Amino acid sequence: MLMPPKITTRLTVNGATHDVTAAPDTPLLHILRNDLGLTGPKFGCGLGQCGACMVHIDGDAVRSCTTPLSAATRGPITTIEGLGTADKPHPVQQAFIEEQAAQCGYCINGMIMATAALVARNKRPTKTQIRSTLNANLCRCGTHMRIMRAVERAAALSVAQGGGSDD
Amino acid sequence: MIRELTSDLTSELSRRDFLKRSGVIAVAFSIAPSQSLFASTPRSPSLIPLSPNQLDSWLVVAADGSITVFCGKVELGTGVSTALRQIVAEELDAPIDRITWVQGDSDRTVDQGSTVGSQSVKRGGAQLRRAAAEARAVLVELASAKLGAPADTLVVSAGVITVANDASRRVTFGELIGGQRFQREIGGKATPKNPADYRVVGKPVPRAELPAKMTGRHVYVHDVRVDGMLHGRVVRPASIGATLLSVDDSALRDIPGARVVRKGNFLGVVADREEDVVRAAKSIKPTWSDAATLPVTDALYETLIKTSATDRSVTDAGDVPAAIAGAAKTVRAQYRWPFQMHASIGPSCGVADVKRDSATIWSSTQGAHTLKGALAQLINLPSENVHVIWTEGSGCYGHNGSDDAAADAAVLSQTIGKPVRVQWSRADEHAWEPKGVAMVMDVAGGVDANGRIVGWDYAVWTPTHSSRPNAQAGGGAASFIAGQLAGATPAARRSLGGERNARHTSVIPNTRVVAHLLQSSPMRVSSFRGLGSPQNSFANESFMDELAIAAGADPVEFRLRHLTDPRAVAVVQAVARIGGWEKGDRGRGDRGRDSAGQWPKRGRGMAYVQYDGTEAYVAAIVDVDVDVAQHSIRVTRVCVAHDCGLIVNPDGLRNQIEGNVIQAISRTLKESVKFDRSRVTGVDWRGYPILTFAEVPDSIEIELIDHPELPSVGAGEAATSPIPGAIANAVFDATGKRLREVPLLV
Repeated sequence: MLMPPKITTRLTVNGATHDVTAAPDTPLLHILRNDLGLTGPKFGCGLGQCGACMVHIDGDAVRSCTTPLSAATRGPITTIEGLGTADKPHPVQQAFIEEQAAQCGYCINGMIMATAALVARNKRPTKTQIRSTLNANLCRCGTHMRIMRAVERAAALSVAQGGGSDD
Repeated sequence: MIRELTSDLTSELSRRDFLKRSGVIAVAFSIAPSQSLFASTPRSPSLIPLSPNQLDSWLVVAADGSITVFCGKVELGTGVSTALRQIVAEELDAPIDRITWVQGDSDRTVDQGSTVGSQSVKRGGAQLRRAAAEARAVLVELASAKLGAPADTLVVSAGVITVANDASRRVTFGELIGGQRFQREIGGKATPKNPADYRVVGKPVPRAELPAKMTGRHVYVHDVRVDGMLHGRVVRPASIGATLLSVDDSALRDIPGARVVRKGNFLGVVADREEDVVRAAKSIKPTWSDAATLPVTDALYETLIKTSATDRSVTDAGDVPAAIAGAAKTVRAQYRWPFQMHASIGPSCGVADVKRDSATIWSSTQGAHTLKGALAQLINLPSENVHVIWTEGSGCYGHNGSDDAAADAAVLSQTIGKPVRVQWSRADEHAWEPKGVAMVMDVAGGVDANGRIVGWDYAVWTPTHSSRPNAQAGGGAASFIAGQLAGATPAARRSLGGERNARHTSVIPNTRVVAHLLQSSPMRVSSFRGLGSPQNSFANESFMDELAIAAGADPVEFRLRHLTDPRAVAVVQAVARIGGWEKGDRGRGDRGRDSAGQWPKRGRGMAYVQYDGTEAYVAAIVDVDVDVAQHSIRVTRVCVAHDCGLIVNPDGLRNQIEGNVIQAISRTLKESVKFDRSRVTGVDWRGYPILTFAEVPDSIEIELIDHPELPSVGAGEAATSPIPGAIANAVFDATGKRLREVPLLV
């Protein structure tokens, strides 16, 4: 397998600018986790099938395991760390905490990032829209019922806080 | 007492002497025990003997009153670390948010046994309760002396001890013992609280680690980074049992830092960067021998029945053949359950730093102490020089690839001489995680003219459900895939788990249960949630429904006819109430059908299990929509009534029950490992699909039956067991068709 030459790429992540040097086909996930120390996005499959690696690029929820570095420059990147902190959580994070909507929590990065992108666009998602949005995000602990309640709560909180945008 | 307590803990001389003798680099010692006493002495098992009888093995109070608890049971995503924290806070009368929780560290936490079998609250919690009660008793003694007041006039609350009726006379835990050892054996003299006085246990305390998980700050084993660490990947055989004939690694020349490690049939690569090691793993060209060790898929169950077995009589009461021969109606059936995957969302990961004479391993293992012993044999180091630090992983639901990934990392690190992080790929996990066990269950039974069961004849074919790390008889290396590939042969193990719930939990006069304990399994298997209980309960609870139908009886009423334990009766009655059970004929296929008789057909089924025969009582009612033309079964609603004795955290319990229900629906409707003669073939989420958001029920309704006066029993996995049978019974109700093989297909 031919090794592509490394190049330096400028990324904007959680509001900060970073120059990273890596092969252009490097999955964005590895750059975030290994070069920038942002381990909130998780490696689940590397195939775009489970959603554990989700981040936002320009407000869109994307799978960072199948997003090459070369395609990650189209807009600012937000990771779950950039949404909020335990002391100042994003409304979606707050809703997930209030609903206690996790067990192991390994998938929850993707659930929160997908939800944040959803409620930024749709203030009152229906149950069907919630199921449809999250359908390609896998959870093995079986926390689905709580996650769906958390999405409804997140939408309500986002409306109450007059926001919905996370970027 | 006070003199004794202050005599030793701060004796730096003895500590420094110890550190010098042990050759460990002495680290700065400060008095704050939660930071220094344990954390700074990672290689000092003899500094404080980790005896379960010594109070100092369990907890430390710092000068500021904060408390650190050292717990051998670990958080697997079930919320157990919050429940256990509640137990300690309750007995100590300490604020729960001042308790720091150290888990699963082979040098720092008591070996409470592995975190398995839903035993963490039941057994682990009982140990912690005794320790905390003892600590509170010591603190009250100290306060009595310090305040000059009799112990029985003192009030303990939120880490402060006050003389009753004189709030000015007070002293905090930190002032009494901060930074000092208790120096006390847990003698059992301290009496734990009366459950009637509980203020923290029984409350829905929020999970301590969830804010960190929700904000991306929680550290999983996948997130551990060590200075100088390389990234590693394994390259597994093309076929199970294949021999590595040669490796062409010429393609690695261009990959920075890429190196190959080969030990027998074990093959791995390391590189400086993760994307480079992924490239390296794809680039090397191993040549493997052919191997075809697996049965033809269609012959799986026949193969199991023909496998050499040791037969064990689980029970043989009365005269079963005569009872069935004399029955008014008899039924015979065979039920089948395939290999399944734990299917953790995060593929397994391990980090190892193996030096010439010592090793540190970070692993999401369920048993830091047993892993340590087995790994020591794998890498040929004295066990006392191996330090396993548990770090949370993706939910495992049993023995997934966590221990194997730790072993892979250890082998690579030892060979390369640098710390190595091994991340399994999705295909590695799907193909090589130890699978949940395939089983066959034969049942025969009969009912008399009064509709009572007169005989129950049950046989199960099952391999062992455990191949966990095990250092006994020097077999540690063979516990791991890495060890096996390098040539170690697994020794025969005592068969475990296949008999779980093989015996029905009803009152039936003539019952025979035989377990054919298979001496081998076509595929490597190990513990998966419930061990043999979901399989056996699927058979028993389907068969119970079949007998009810044969007797012309209502399934709920039929079950109650054969139950005498009031707690069993209570969960069945409770679930019938919340589930809106209506008596009547089952299996007509018209329940809920619309006026035009259109699909989907609706059905309702129930099942009841007392987990493992002695643990939690669980009854379930399941509603299904069945569309035969589309081969579709959808569970629309599940109701569960659950009694696990004293409930420590009702919200955590509900979360766990919901998880069991959804995972069990997934296992029942969708899951079986696909394989050909050589290998697992479904090695991604398309090849082994699990239940998705579109498929989960519309509602899961749970009734918890609390028994504060009774000890807690396990609740981690009990709610899985009744679900498969309840679904199959609901499908029968909807269609009149009895499905006896998982995954259920219409």
